[in-house]
Amino acid sequence: MSEPILQCTGLCKSYGKKDALRDVTFALERGRIVGLLGPNGSGKSTLIKLANGLLTPTAGEIRIAGNLPGPITHAQVSYLPERTYLSDWMTADDLLKFFSNFYEDFNLDKAADMLTRLGISPKDSLKTMSKGTKEKIQLAVVMSREADLYLLDEPIGGVDPAARDYILNTILTNYNENSTVVISTHLISDIEKVLDDVIFLHQGQITLHKTVDDIREEYGKSVDALFREVFAC
Amino acid sequence: MQWNLSDNRPIYLQLMDTITLAITSGALPAGSRLPSVRELAAQAGVNPNTMQRALSELERSGLLYSQRTAGRFVTDQFANITQKRKELAMEQIQAFLSSMKDMGYSTEETIELIRQAEKEEEK
Repeated sequence: MSEPILQCTGLCKSYGKKDALRDVTFALERGRIVGLLGPNGSGKSTLIKLANGLLTPTAGEIRIAGNLPGPITHAQVSYLPERTYLSDWMTADDLLKFFSNFYEDFNLDKAADMLTRLGISPKDSLKTMSKGTKEKIQLAVVMSREADLYLLDEPIGGVDPAARDYILNTILTNYNENSTVVISTHLISDIEKVLDDVIFLHQGQITLHKTVDDIREEYGKSVDALFREVFAC
Repeated sequence: MQWNLSDNRPIYLQLMDTITLAITSGALPAGSRLPSVRELAAQAGVNPNTMQRALSELERSGLLYSQRTAGRFVTDQFANITQKRKELAMEQIQAFLSSMKDMGYSTEETIELIRQAEKEEEK
C-alpha cells in the first residue's frame, strides 16, 4: 500500500473549553471518494480546516501525503470552503485567470469548458449571479485543479436537486484514480451512490468508517437510513 | 440501460442485476463492447470503484470478459447467456409460485389461471 493521502493520528482540537475533535485517528487511501458525515457541530468543518492548515491541532497531527499542512500540501489540496470567498467585482473570466495565476495545477481549458456547459458566459459578473450559480462556478474552479486531495465542505448545500446531480457528476468525472475526494455533508441520500467510504463523525469522534456497500450489506439499509438511526434526536 | 437503484441493497449487486438484464434481454448483444468503467459509472451516477467491482464480479461469473488493451466485452458464449436467462426466469417463477401458494393456489390451479389470463389478453 502506498502512503495514505490523508492521515490523522490522535487529532484533537478544542475551542476554549469546547472539544471540537477528540482523538481522531484514521487514514484515507488514494483514489477514493469519501463522505464525511455528521450532524451540525460534529466537527466536520474543523477537520477540513485542520487539513488545510487554517487551524492548528490542540494535540495529535494531521498529514497530507506524509507532510504536515504547509506550502507543500497547499499545492496538493484543492479546497472548497463552506462559504464563498469570491469577490463580487470579478467576472467569470477574471476568476479563471485568478485561479490560473494562483495554482500551477489549474487546468484552464477544463474550467472554461465546464462554465460553458453551465451556461455561464465569461463576461458574466459574479455580482449578477444567484447563490446557486456562484456555488457551481466555485466548485467548477476547485475541481479544475489537478490536485491529489479535494476537500469539499458542503458542496451541495445551497443548490437545487438538478444542480446537485450536475455537481455530483462533475465530481465523478473530474477526479482521477490517484486523487481522493472528501465531501462533507449531511445531505446523505443525494451523495450516497457516488461514495466509496463513509466516515461518521459524532461529537468530535469517529463512530464509523466503512464502505457504502459494506454498510448496506451489514445493516440491510442505506447509509442515509443508518445515519438517521444513529443520530436520532 | 435503465439504472434504477434502490436504497437497501448493496449498490454493486444492483449494478450487476441491471447489466445482467441488459445482456439476457439482448440490449447488450453477445460479443459487444462495453463502454469504459468511467462512462458506465457516470451514466449510472455511481462511484467508478463500485462499477468496477460489479464488472469484475460479472467477469468472474462468465458473462463478461476483458481483453487487456481492447476493453471489456459481453461474452460470446451463448450458452452462458442462455443459462443465466433461465436462472433469472426460474427465480421469478419460484417467487411467483410461492406467493400464489400463500394465497391458497396449488401449482396446477396457478397454471390454469395463467392460461386464462393469457386468453383474456389475446382478446
